[in-house]
Amino acid sequence: MPRWVLLPAALGAAFIVLPLAALATRVEWTHFFALISSDSSQAALWLSLRTSAASTVLCVVLGVPMALVLARTSFRGQSFVRSIVLLPLVLPPVVGGIALLYTFGRKGLLGETIDVLGLQIAFSTTAVVIAQTFVALPFMVVSLEGTLRTAGERYEVVAATLGARPTTVLRRVTLPLVLPGLAAGAVLSFARALGEFGATITFAGSLEGVTRTLPLEIYLQRETDPDAAVALSLLLVVVAVLVIGLVRGARSSAP
Amino acid sequence: MKRLALIVAALLTLAGCSQPDVPERDSDSAPQKTLTVFAAASLQGAFTEIGKRFEDDTHGVKVKFNFAGSADLVAQIEQGAPADVFASADAANMTKAMDADLIGGQAQDFATNTLEIATPPGNPADIESLKDLSDPDVKVVLCASQVPCGAAAAKVEKVTGVDIKPVSEEQSVTDVLGKVISGEADAGLVYVTDVKAAGSKVHGVPFRDAGRVVNTYPVAAVRHAKDESLAAYFVDYLARPDAQSVLAAFGFGKP
Repeated sequence: MPRWVLLPAALGAAFIVLPLAALATRVEWTHFFALISSDSSQAALWLSLRTSAASTVLCVVLGVPMALVLARTSFRGQSFVRSIVLLPLVLPPVVGGIALLYTFGRKGLLGETIDVLGLQIAFSTTAVVIAQTFVALPFMVVSLEGTLRTAGERYEVVAATLGARPTTVLRRVTLPLVLPGLAAGAVLSFARALGEFGATITFAGSLEGVTRTLPLEIYLQRETDPDAAVALSLLLVVVAVLVIGLVRGARSSAP
Repeated sequence: MKRLALIVAALLTLAGCSQPDVPERDSDSAPQKTLTVFAAASLQGAFTEIGKRFEDDTHGVKVKFNFAGSADLVAQIEQGAPADVFASADAANMTKAMDADLIGGQAQDFATNTLEIATPPGNPADIESLKDLSDPDVKVVLCASQVPCGAAAAKVEKVTGVDIKPVSEEQSVTDVLGKVISGEADAGLVYVTDVKAAGSKVHGVPFRDAGRVVNTYPVAAVRHAKDESLAAYFVDYLARPDAQSVLAAFGFGKP
């Protein structure tokens, strides 16, 4: 690597670190804990953690099979399917929210079916999880598909020639092999779900303890109490850093 | 490296919401005078029209608008956005701007607004009065009490004794209207002018006692305006019959 690369790389790092540092300088440290421990803040944090965890589980359940299909099969139009699956990565979340509204909303595509089943999605915590899963799923798929391709099929082929059934191969060979990729995908999905704002506010609404996640609470607090908004923003950053750091730490300590 | 890039991308998306655009100040060499007006989002229709008339009247002055939530506008002016005039949707945000020493001269009330019930076209839940909104089977969406329309809704609840349990407390009038127009909500409380501006997309239900909670719109020249006399002239212009008739046509009341 040529040494001049360090300069733009340092600039890039500063570009990310500086705003976060600026945020930290604006925190009213004397009131920090009072600001982040108010009832509404606690409710928002707890809701965010719960919904993000649920979305991550959904991302694993749906994303792992999707990544397998994309990495281990080839069919006509596969690259087209891949682009569609990755679309939520580049779509403005508000657009995602509007699309979800017209799918799961009362008047939406599946609205009547959902109504018949006696389910209520609009303005419920379920809607938050749906919105978060929608935006986070591609992170899982991208991360795991890359790992699957890098890992290759050698061990799977060997296991199969030794008589293992496909499900056994998946369980005993493939999944253990790509576990780091799966973990990385799960972390990214969790982090993305935690930060989700646009699709949630468009699709799920905003009510304390039900649909008002931490990012929505921050946006609302900005109206009347900018100090609380800054404190909560820092809290969100800390939670995100912890989640990413924990998994990186766990992975680097593994052989 | 690829994984690191993904984590960086995920961190960036955590800060997903974007700031509204702030108009730029023209360069000093521009021959034309420009007046930059920061106005509450609910004034968009009326002020665009008034701006045209003002340009005709003043021969060559160019009026530029920045429409956003009043609290956002105060924050933008505080951070040095180039505003000459600030028109707020409520007295509270004007007071905030004055306390922050952002206003030069006196604030003048130039319009009023009252609340009205908005329902989807055809009024599917048969809302006829404010009392109907307290029915637990009716899905009502309000503004959060932190924003002006929500503060007004809370006052209406207080003076009428009607207790509304909303399914969502939205960030802005636009969000409330969005939920009503899409049919997700059965009713919402918004300003008379919003119902008027939404046209056939919503159905308005006026209610008794709406007149007991009147929201007043103040306007003032911003301290250090580029051209203080021009800014003051625009403030005075809003009280003229010409501007008042435009405001009335958009549903605003007299101050």
